[in-house]
Amino acid sequence: MSRIGHDDSFLYTSLATYPGKKLVVLLGDGRHRLGLLRSFDQFASIVLEGACERVIVGDLYCDIPLGLNIIRGENVVLIGEMDMEKEELPSHMTAVSTVEIKRAQKAERDATYLKGSMKNIMEFLGID
Amino acid sequence: MLFFSYFKDLVGREVTVELKNDLAIRGTLHSVDQYLNIKLENTRVVDQDKYPHMLSVRNCFIRGSVVRYVPLPPEEVDIELLHDATRREARGG
Repeated sequence: MSRIGHDDSFLYTSLATYPGKKLVVLLGDGRHRLGLLRSFDQFASIVLEGACERVIVGDLYCDIPLGLNIIRGENVVLIGEMDMEKEELPSHMTAVSTVEIKRAQKAERDATYLKGSMKNIMEFLGID
Repeated sequence: MLFFSYFKDLVGREVTVELKNDLAIRGTLHSVDQYLNIKLENTRVVDQDKYPHMLSVRNCFIRGSVVRYVPLPPEEVDIELLHDATRREARGG
């Protein structure tokens, strides 16, 4: 965020247009939060009301409600304004419960780990 | 300040911003600030299927610290101008 009036005051980037809007926030660890922006600061730290974490694994998704959050700016990657008239998610995706999505996440993590360890074994043995 | 000025001149152009998390977003450059935070309009994600979260997002704010590249077509970049500006900054700084 820039200080208004500093340098060219007619051109500045600010989160001032976002309070009250429903937003998607991408975080540095790859997570997605949705919520209403209530406040922000010069470091892009934000206050998100009615926040929920949207977990997507393949074609499954789940919104885990989180309530009121303050997110430190250094973790913020992107803040996107959701167009309420557009589809939030592709139609082929299905909503599942928290338990199911956590299971799917674990399965995905295990599969990645297994792939990684197999690769290490192959490399060690010199197999292409 | 050099790239802040450079991006100010690019406002209104269609650019692609590639982030450090490999996400690439195409959109019209709406504004930029001293931290090189970028605001894009009419955004669409390159490789939309990989990032279903962003389907309904049409404009966004990108924190400057997470940008990896802003690829530009070489014919649209006045490299001599940039080179001169850099020399001037180096002398003045």
